[in-house]
Amino acid sequence: MKTLRGANLLGLEDFTREAIVEILDTAESFVEVNQRSVKKVPALKGRVVASLFFEESTRTRLSFETAAKRLSADVLSLAVASSSVKKGESLRDTIATIDALGIDAVVMRHQSSGAAMQVSRYVPHVKVINAGDGQHQHPTQGLLDVFTVRQLLAERHHTTGPESGAALFDGLRVLIVGDVRHSRVARSDVDAYVALGARVRLAAPATLLPVDVDHWPVDVATDFEEALEWADVVGLLRLQRERGSGSFVPSLAEFTFSHGLTVERARRLRPETIVTHPGPMNRGVEIDSRVADRPSAVMTRQVANGVPVRMAVLFLSLLGSSGGEQ
Amino acid sequence: MTALVVRNGRVVHPNAIVAEDVLMVDDQIVAVGTNLEVPAGALEIDATDCWVGPSFVDLHAHLREPGFEHAETIHSGANAAAVGGYGAVVAMPNTEPALDSVAVVAYVLDRGANSLIDVAVAGAITVARAGERLAPMAELAALGVRLFSDDGTGVQDAALMRRALEYARPLGVRLAQHCEDAWLAAGGSMNEGSVSSRLGLTGRPALAEELMVLRDLELARATGGRLHLLHLSTARSLSLVTQARAEGVDVTFEIAPHHFTLDESACATYDSVMKVHPPLRTQSDVEALRALLRDGELDAVATDHAPHVPESKDLPFDEAPAGMLGLEHAASLTYEALGGADADPLRFFAVLSRGPARVAQLRARDVRPRHGAHGGDVVAGEMANLVVFDPTRTYVVDRDALQSRSTNTPYHGRTLQGQARATIVRGRVVAGEGVLS
Repeated sequence: MKTLRGANLLGLEDFTREAIVEILDTAESFVEVNQRSVKKVPALKGRVVASLFFEESTRTRLSFETAAKRLSADVLSLAVASSSVKKGESLRDTIATIDALGIDAVVMRHQSSGAAMQVSRYVPHVKVINAGDGQHQHPTQGLLDVFTVRQLLAERHHTTGPESGAALFDGLRVLIVGDVRHSRVARSDVDAYVALGARVRLAAPATLLPVDVDHWPVDVATDFEEALEWADVVGLLRLQRERGSGSFVPSLAEFTFSHGLTVERARRLRPETIVTHPGPMNRGVEIDSRVADRPSAVMTRQVANGVPVRMAVLFLSLLGSSGGEQ
Repeated sequence: MTALVVRNGRVVHPNAIVAEDVLMVDDQIVAVGTNLEVPAGALEIDATDCWVGPSFVDLHAHLREPGFEHAETIHSGANAAAVGGYGAVVAMPNTEPALDSVAVVAYVLDRGANSLIDVAVAGAITVARAGERLAPMAELAALGVRLFSDDGTGVQDAALMRRALEYARPLGVRLAQHCEDAWLAAGGSMNEGSVSSRLGLTGRPALAEELMVLRDLELARATGGRLHLLHLSTARSLSLVTQARAEGVDVTFEIAPHHFTLDESACATYDSVMKVHPPLRTQSDVEALRALLRDGELDAVATDHAPHVPESKDLPFDEAPAGMLGLEHAASLTYEALGGADADPLRFFAVLSRGPARVAQLRARDVRPRHGAHGGDVVAGEMANLVVFDPTRTYVVDRDALQSRSTNTPYHGRTLQGQARATIVRGRVVAGEGVLS
């Protein structure tokens, strides 16, 4: 994909470096809005954004709804997880009902991979923003992860994200740790980092690596401890207990034993190594509490950046080629 | 007396193709040759450019009745089959209730007797297809059931499958297995591999099929039982079965048109119509199936016709039911895969009619109550179950113009070549050129 302008955001699979940089630069321009006393711009005034969460996720939903409101869009928030779907309504009927209310975009989260793409076929006139579909993609998480990393690296290099473009990612060493197999975040992260020019390595118990890892544009760590020393960025993943990954490792304790970021292992990290986590964290499983609270752990910064990144996504997708109203 | 004559066609015998005419009176073929004496008033079909052979036989049709009549009925499924050139189908037992008792099987046979074509039944191997205890196979065999299957799940318990093969052997029936190990395939909705991984869909590995194929071949070898393997979909499955057959294991098998025309990439847009078990495989599997279809040892192309109502296909991919329509387009797809204009008519009728009729024991020589004779030679004395197949005719698949009650064809919008100009059942033209007569 060459640009998000006027398009759906279903995943990051086909995004070029330029398209991602465009989103990051747009997000950077919205950071300032979030620091004003009046945190609102009229860019999407009169537009209606529906947030449709078939799978509950308070933090992602709040982040998207905040982003939409700061762009002055009207937000329709539907907690479908607890409504008609339980009564056997099909995906097509649910989206048709909401579409009938008059919407311009739908932000959707679904437990099934591909649900966002299916919905984009049912309502071709509505922009679909995937807020996480099954084990497939979570594109805005991938975007806010690279946005956060670019921001931190730019600060260190006394430059700004937009000035640096994608240059700070050239050869950047990114280690992604944990349940890659079941993770939509891992798929979006790998796509984003690789498109921007980073080198990506995966570390996980063998059963939690993707079945086709040989075909991914990554390498696989043979030694986790050594990989921690190698990394400039460590991206931890949530162990997806609710997706049945429990049967892929003997126990959570064993996962911590082999791949948890314990205090001991964290000593191998260089002081400047950035540690990210998409949240919510399983403290004591994939990350020790004391490591999570370390200064180079940037989870709260990731959460904060979620808003400008999602503003950028809504803005580019909805305003498309008629942009520039910023 | 009604008379029907098929003129100017190329009659496809088991080992020869002859330009000749076929005269039928009532439900019998009475003469085949040139310059036939045709009774006054006989209906004529012009078969110029066409192949004339035994009507097709499908070993694997889900007719959904009883239990799921909103998706298909025996009546609508038989109509779909007739349009597809079929004179007989075997109805699979995964109905509700399952076809595991005399009462339900007799019901299906009765409904079938009132449809356009012959409907045979595959009985369940186990009661309610639950995989726990054997269904009354001897009683069902007495009704004419010659194939048994727990299709959809397959008998997972090796000890039970062994018993079933032993028990079935003296009854003269064959056990048809859907080979996928339930644990290896658990939760999967497409082929396991690069495409499934990118899409974030849990896979059904080729290994799930191949391991059960291997297991059942060894069980058949050990028991001397008769085995039929349903819809084999991987190159390795084909080599396993071919080898076992060469070693004398009594095994027959089928492949399905969707497995030799579509690969796993068809799932890339999460179109749940592309969801099927066993799943669409890799391109190299597709090529292995096509090569075998043309040259290898193969008993049958079978459709696995699996109607599902549209609302069930509007679910997310992982929640949608598996299966796609097959009866109306299988012959065109087979013709195309055999090489289109280069297709060998002998092979075409071998895999669509004569082979499956032999497996289903539907030929004239098979001793069996209440059935027509299928898959025979086109000679005087055979029952007049024929198809006049026009290899030159092209048409566009329209899912809204099917005989099936459902619309889940993966070929919607595609132009296909080769279609029945006339399906003749017991001397009567029941369908042709895509519509009922």
